[in-house]
Amino acid sequence: MSTASLPASSDWTRPSLPRYAPLYVAGLAIVVALLLKLLLGWDWAAAAIIAGILNLIALPVWSALTEGRRQAKDRLVTTLIWSAFVTICVPLVWVIVEVLGKGIPHLSWTFVTSTMRNHVPGPTGGIGAAIVGTLVITALATIIAVPIGLLAAIFLVEYGRGSRLARAVTFFVDVMTGIPSIVAGLFAAALFVLIFGPANQMGLTAGVALALLMLPTVIRSSEEMLRLVPDDLREASYALGVSKWRTILKVVVPTSIGGIVTGIMLAISRVIGETAPILVATGYLAGMNTNPFRQDQGMATLPTFIYDQYAHPDVASCALGQTCAPATWSMDRAWAAALVLIIIVMVLNLAGRIIGKIFAPKTGR
Amino acid sequence: MSTLTETQPKRMRSRGQAGDRVFAGLARGAGILILVVLAAVFVFLLVKGLPGFNASAATIGQGFTSFWDVGWPLLFGTILIAVLALIISVPFSIAIALFIAFYAPRRLAVPIGYIIDLLAAVPSIVFGLWGGQQLANSLRPVYSWLGTHASWFPLFKGPYAGTGRVGVTAVLVLAVMVLPITTAISREVFAQTPKLTQEAAIGLGATRWEVVKLSVFPHAKSGVIAGVMLGLGRALGETMAVVMVYSSSPRVTFNVISNSSPQTIASYIANNFAEANPDKRSMLIAAGLILFAVTFVVNFAARAAILRGERRMSR
Repeated sequence: MSTASLPASSDWTRPSLPRYAPLYVAGLAIVVALLLKLLLGWDWAAAAIIAGILNLIALPVWSALTEGRRQAKDRLVTTLIWSAFVTICVPLVWVIVEVLGKGIPHLSWTFVTSTMRNHVPGPTGGIGAAIVGTLVITALATIIAVPIGLLAAIFLVEYGRGSRLARAVTFFVDVMTGIPSIVAGLFAAALFVLIFGPANQMGLTAGVALALLMLPTVIRSSEEMLRLVPDDLREASYALGVSKWRTILKVVVPTSIGGIVTGIMLAISRVIGETAPILVATGYLAGMNTNPFRQDQGMATLPTFIYDQYAHPDVASCALGQTCAPATWSMDRAWAAALVLIIIVMVLNLAGRIIGKIFAPKTGR
Repeated sequence: MSTLTETQPKRMRSRGQAGDRVFAGLARGAGILILVVLAAVFVFLLVKGLPGFNASAATIGQGFTSFWDVGWPLLFGTILIAVLALIISVPFSIAIALFIAFYAPRRLAVPIGYIIDLLAAVPSIVFGLWGGQQLANSLRPVYSWLGTHASWFPLFKGPYAGTGRVGVTAVLVLAVMVLPITTAISREVFAQTPKLTQEAAIGLGATRWEVVKLSVFPHAKSGVIAGVMLGLGRALGETMAVVMVYSSSPRVTFNVISNSSPQTIASYIANNFAEANPDKRSMLIAAGLILFAVTFVVNFAARAAILRGERRMSR
């Protein structure tokens, strides 16, 4: 529905506010708040809140005086909704500015390549091991989740249509979306403790936990994409005598491969930043470990690296008996690692969407 | 079937048929595997967690004598923090969904939808870092004001914590994190409401708000409730944003601006798991089982509500 089709403010039987009345009022509210800030020495947050409240009151009152109660109510709700939108931009912009502002200064090639092994308090050390660990564990999760997820989606679309099993799978996949990530970690830890004994810290454990979190996204997106493939293509293939499984593998899946890859990349970007399951399943290791099947050693990953820097900061060396304040070195590393993590997530997100656009199934010809 | 066999080349057919059977079996197996995995999550947590329900005082520590001394306060804290987060985020979610569906200029609506999705893509650890460092720091004056002027209200009883790293800060971070989920579902539901009744309302001279109130909300109610429940599921299970903002211990209190804000199940597990011995671990898994059960019920109810709504729409 377009805005133009909704009742416009111009009404020839009633008086109405000028077309740009909301803008006038908003501008006036901002000016008044700025004056108050200058005269009374308020800080920015207080001035912004006052501007918002003034704007919220002034426009409906003006409208009530000229246009009547119903219009005033409509203007109030419109202002509320716009204010809500502006408010919600605050945390988003704040987080992005903070991560960029604090992350960029500390980002360097040595930071990206060095590890925290044998770390002494100070500005050295980096995320080399964490990047490797994140890549290894996420790759394991993808290797586990993608074949199962894709096959399950194929079952839902090609074999199970409408059957009771298919409906149950669809429903419980949706329910699975809501499994708390820490519970997935606990499950993987419990499973591997039963198999390998209590000392297990394998990277694979975290991989299984992340795979569990990826599965629902992979299934739902692949399912949607497979459903988009027109039946004409399947029927044409059957008519040529091709068996069903070859039709699926050679016609249906290739047609929708772009969308499937998009879904997989979005699923990866969702789990690559997960912290709690890795913390519970594998634990954190300061040094480099590239082998996810080693039981006696955990792995470093970007999210757990950030958490470790945050929870166990470097303490500046100081005289015996004095209380030493935590230095900023660890927080610098944490923000820089957060920046790298966000860049990875955003690149995966964007690349996924672009791939989806390029390889979109060519329908409606 | 057997008569067909004679008329077709034998090798090709049998190969195709065997392949078909194997592939169908694989696909069906993957479908069944999903159900098995979900059941396995429950079973393994139960097997490893069951001894934890009878954990001894020495295992639990912190002066607690039995599992439920910890379990009930944790459950209380989890629900309190999640519900408070929803109280803040739901009005915003609905407003943003309405904004995208009806109020935003058409050219802006799609990019704004992307921006909200972007919010969902930010890892929780980054939100935790921001909440524990920046947000907590900037909210200190607010808490000091609340602690002195609003201490009659149970939530703000105080004494307020000077660090700002308290329950309310976590509530605000959770509210931001939950928002995209509820917004996404509400948006979908708003987009599916019948256009005819909206146009009829406009034809009768309704204002934009009256259109929304009379012809959008009645159709969207069950869908929005489902979206809220999904958000609740997310808020109940969120770990890092809570762990990084405040540390605490299990206790029943509404006081969320003091250092003794109630702890949540997820943050209790994350805080204790690394240093725990096998007995304590099984006690933590038991706590995780409770969390799993609660979120499962919430998500189950939400999905059932969505299914019901879809069936009604299609009728």
